[in-house]
Amino acid sequence: MPKTITIDPVTRIEGHARITIYVDDDGQISDAQFHVTQLRGFEKLSEGRPFTEMPSLMARICGICPVSHLMASAKACDNLMAVKVPVTGHNLRKVMNMAQIIQSHALSFFHLSSPDILMGMDADPAVRNILGVAGKNPGLAKDGIRLRQIGQQMIELLGGKRIHPAWVVPGGVNAPLSAEHRADMLRVMPEIKEIVRRALNWYHPMMKQYHEEIAVFANFPTLFMGLVNEKGEVEYYDGTLRFMDSAGNIVADGINPSEYDTHIGEKVEAYSYLKSVFYKPMGYPGGIYRVGPLARLNIARSCGTPLADEELQGFRSLQKGPVSSSFHYHYARLIEILNCAERVEDILKDDDCMNTHVRAIANPNSFEGVGVSEAPRGTLIHHYRIDENGLIKWANLIIATGHNNLAMNRGVLQVARHYLDGLNPKEGMLNRIEAVIRTFDPCLSCSTHAVGQMPMQVEITGPGGQVLKTLSR
Amino acid sequence: MPVNGQIKIVTLKVNGKDVSARADQTILQVCRENEVFIPTLCHLEGLSNIGACRLCMVEVAGQKKLLPACTTTVNEGMEITTTTDRLGHYRRMILELIFSERNHTCSVCVSNNYCELQFLSQKLGIDHIRVPYRFPKFNVDASHPYFVLDHNRCILCTRCVRVCDEIEGAHVWDVSGRGIQARVITELNQPWGSAETCTQCGKCVNVCPVGALSDKGRSVAENKKRSEFLPYLTQRRREKI
Repeated sequence: MPKTITIDPVTRIEGHARITIYVDDDGQISDAQFHVTQLRGFEKLSEGRPFTEMPSLMARICGICPVSHLMASAKACDNLMAVKVPVTGHNLRKVMNMAQIIQSHALSFFHLSSPDILMGMDADPAVRNILGVAGKNPGLAKDGIRLRQIGQQMIELLGGKRIHPAWVVPGGVNAPLSAEHRADMLRVMPEIKEIVRRALNWYHPMMKQYHEEIAVFANFPTLFMGLVNEKGEVEYYDGTLRFMDSAGNIVADGINPSEYDTHIGEKVEAYSYLKSVFYKPMGYPGGIYRVGPLARLNIARSCGTPLADEELQGFRSLQKGPVSSSFHYHYARLIEILNCAERVEDILKDDDCMNTHVRAIANPNSFEGVGVSEAPRGTLIHHYRIDENGLIKWANLIIATGHNNLAMNRGVLQVARHYLDGLNPKEGMLNRIEAVIRTFDPCLSCSTHAVGQMPMQVEITGPGGQVLKTLSR
Repeated sequence: MPVNGQIKIVTLKVNGKDVSARADQTILQVCRENEVFIPTLCHLEGLSNIGACRLCMVEVAGQKKLLPACTTTVNEGMEITTTTDRLGHYRRMILELIFSERNHTCSVCVSNNYCELQFLSQKLGIDHIRVPYRFPKFNVDASHPYFVLDHNRCILCTRCVRVCDEIEGAHVWDVSGRGIQARVITELNQPWGSAETCTQCGKCVNVCPVGALSDKGRSVAENKKRSEFLPYLTQRRREKI
């Protein structure tokens, strides 16, 4: 008799989700679905608003990565105004975007995922959290909290507040950088590098204990997508889109972000509010691809900074060709933090960052604008259409988590098949299913516009809908 | 009020303290001169007073009714109280009703940090409202080349109507409809951008206490209003006449 196992909700991720696993008559898993269960609807509620409000309005989608939405939205608005952002404004936006990546990666790696790695996937859930980490390895917890603090403080130094700063505006930023804040930021860069170095030293030996998880945590061939700069290096703010296949061939390159829809399609599935995004030339669902740290490091020629590139060699040695296990998102995150610290340092050491011309002023000059940047979780696309008065007529947002939706679903299926023994799910198995989702660091509140936190429940349901077995924490 | 060429002076009490004032002054003027805080929204120095928002209500000894400080002139021996539980209750209720009527969202408003409604709400301790929000659907009129009108944030104080009529002399603005249907309109309900009487002076934007009128192109929390010019303009016009 076919059965259904439900994990509801999934914990230690950003947003609300539920997982359903379908078990057939033979006790074999036939399918698994990752349901995102809330709808936020920012695309709809922005209609009729002046485009100048969009960056701050869209930033309210998320309290964790508001800066990412500020960036993509402001870039879309720059295009509506058809202006070139002054170089200093452009670079200061980059600094804030990288500060955001630093703090968000710190949250994902240290607060959300390090408990699984440090305590083990089978550890008691009561201690498998950041407080448990603080008990077992206080240095690691302290480093994570400090790193996140640094990233958040950088955002505050630039934009006046840590969450939802209104500093990023269409045309640039609304205030130049002060000498004092520049010095404050430069002062903490070495500390970021030291923290990442310590984390890498801890993580490298730990990684060896998880070869089984590495083998099945969304470890399958997919395409990878992200931004790269003109040198083919990792890019977080600008550049063009690149697609790479699982063999390492670049299948599409130099895609102008404003033409994203020639390559990227969206599909709505009845089981989730999160749209599934796919690579159009390969159709749905064959055009499955991944974005985010793993994809960015896979598709780029290099990181473009010495320390990150040195560590990138270690990443490349994990596998011939693109690294395919989503477990390695964790490793990629640490490398990206290093890369961001080095790049921020480069920008801030250049006196040009003190230039006071940081904003271009213009009325709307184009009826359509697309803004693409890299959020910590992957490529973020904001696309707006306005009327002749500058009021939003239509908006489309493609969030990093949406790009990863197909891969997350398949990752859940892969882990479930490996660890689930028919109707007898074990606590460690449940956590592995959640942990594979966590590797992607999905932000569901961003991608569907949802809020909340989640305990977990597994239901095994018979074909008539009757609950045969329930596990909860 | 000149009497035989002399200005008549009266003495009165404000919150138990003796003060003196010219007999033609309003309670609000006297209180402000004596640094006694009275909340206002529709009043603005330099414009006529209409006593519409009712936030400036005060208690006067011997009067059962509350009196609006902006339109009530002082009398000899008047005893005025500006802060009581009853007044606080009414003032908070007025602000709560204003919030419930339209869509006021400070966090994404052009006037965030520069808004008189926001300032007063903070000052009077409004951290929630006890009546349901109405969430009306209003359009934004962005047809003007320099300014934007967002009815979602309008509190119907009519400062824009008065400044355009009394100071600029253009009378672009009016109020259409009654009660909950009331809203400010330009040029007898034509899009602002097509209003031929609008001189594009921007006085209406600068006197608007909230984010309903803003400079076009301003982003969130960027629209600082400048209304200090008004008393000078009023004074200079009066002297010319």
